[in-house]
Amino acid sequence: MSKQLFERPTITRLTPGVPSKHGAASVIAPMPLIDGVKVDDLIDQFGSPLYIFSEREMRKSMEEIKRAFSVRYHKTQMAWSYKTNYLDSICRIFHQEGSWAEVVSGFEYDKAIKNGVKGENIIFNGPGKSASDLEKAARNGSFIHIDHMDELFLLSDICNSKEIEARVALRVNMDIGINPRWDRFGLNYENGEAWDAINRIMINPRLKLMGLHTHIGTYMMSTDSYRIAATKLADLAYNISVKFEYYIAYIDLGGGFASRNTLKGAYLSGEDTTPSFDEYAEAITSALINSRIRPDKLPTLILETGRAIIDNAGYLAGTVIANKRLSDGKRATIIDIGVNILFTAFWYDHKIHPVNSHSGLVEETAIFGPLCMNIDVVRSSLMFPALKRGDRIVITKTGAYNITQSQQFINLRPAIVLIGINRQVHVIRQAEILDDIVKNELIPDYLA
Amino acid sequence: MLIKENIALSENGFVFNPSTGDSFTMNNTGKEVIMMIKEGKDLNRITELMAEKYDVDRNTLERYLADFLNDLNVYNLLEEEK
Repeated sequence: MSKQLFERPTITRLTPGVPSKHGAASVIAPMPLIDGVKVDDLIDQFGSPLYIFSEREMRKSMEEIKRAFSVRYHKTQMAWSYKTNYLDSICRIFHQEGSWAEVVSGFEYDKAIKNGVKGENIIFNGPGKSASDLEKAARNGSFIHIDHMDELFLLSDICNSKEIEARVALRVNMDIGINPRWDRFGLNYENGEAWDAINRIMINPRLKLMGLHTHIGTYMMSTDSYRIAATKLADLAYNISVKFEYYIAYIDLGGGFASRNTLKGAYLSGEDTTPSFDEYAEAITSALINSRIRPDKLPTLILETGRAIIDNAGYLAGTVIANKRLSDGKRATIIDIGVNILFTAFWYDHKIHPVNSHSGLVEETAIFGPLCMNIDVVRSSLMFPALKRGDRIVITKTGAYNITQSQQFINLRPAIVLIGINRQVHVIRQAEILDDIVKNELIPDYLA
Repeated sequence: MLIKENIALSENGFVFNPSTGDSFTMNNTGKEVIMMIKEGKDLNRITELMAEKYDVDRNTLERYLADFLNDLNVYNLLEEEK
């Protein structure tokens, strides 16, 4: 007779009548499979921890967002936000789905070109473009989104001295009824700076104003903010058409749609509170359609959505290293996933699932990473089953920002695999080795 | 090692301590261990029986049984050793 699965014995004190801060008990379902592939097999083959991406989820999210906008508005163009996740394989999936590239540095720009994106399909954002970045983007016909007046003058000088032209858009920031106000990027709508810059661009023969851009914030839960932003950009576009008899080609509403993760401190789960793509689409497209812009001159709507279409597709699998009891009696479980590879642990209360089934009984637990640093807290408190050393876990919705913001710190970074549409597993970045870290170091002769 | 006499144990895994008013719940393995303690089995015997039944190595089992007994102590459910 085969032996039964062992769960470490637990006893939990009940506090009847007083709901804990975790509210009603929730079921933590095991997650033995991702896209039909066994997590245990993936860890056995590629090691622990392990980043796992689902191509199926990515394409599904793209389909959903494209459908939500295209049924409401005739011209929508997605642009993949490189900083959200610039693994080449991930970018190429989104490019295959029709996304342009939205980049914020010369490094990201070169990556997009390497991924086969044509220069005229690259949107170049960001406050830190160098003179050589600007010249390259202008020569390639990319859309340069001007962030500040200094950049406008620099680009104008480059175009004059090199006798080239540039296709530009203006990044605009504005009051959309939320705090804190995102006014550090772009030029302000209310104080007239944006209109001033538009006039300067319009009279500059070497700069062609293609569009207007705003990025109102990150993890925006309010669709009304997008409605206000779209209305204000449409007003600017209308004013341009009146003054210059010129119609811009696009309005770019940036990114910032919330994913279904739960923000730290949020009372309700992100699963319940995050607006759907349809709700965002309704707010934005109705503002454009109802604007004063002539219907036959309505601009293309560009979206730079990153987080909301990649977060769900990313998983981080790992292993329990140890359990201990803290001074206040609370359980602590140490896992091999640290905040250096799960940066979003600082923002979200990530959902963590055991890979294999458990009795269903949960106890209040803190989840710590393996780093010898006090900040390495993956969850400070959650109701969690009694896992033991060697048991495996999966953290869900980790696809956005965790690769691009991960740090090599104390430990080497793990491998990244992609589960393809046909459930074949592909390594898309190998696990780091010591040589990756030290190969650029130089040792002075006297220390050699 | 004995469970305090006044502690009420139900077959469903609920524990009630009338002297403090605290009640507790356990998972299946916790329930089995506490029942064995109540039956008077010593730690060696409990370890043996659990090792026969469950797919677990000896070190892990001993480590988590010790942990569980510590919990019972913390919750004031065990008779003090004399």
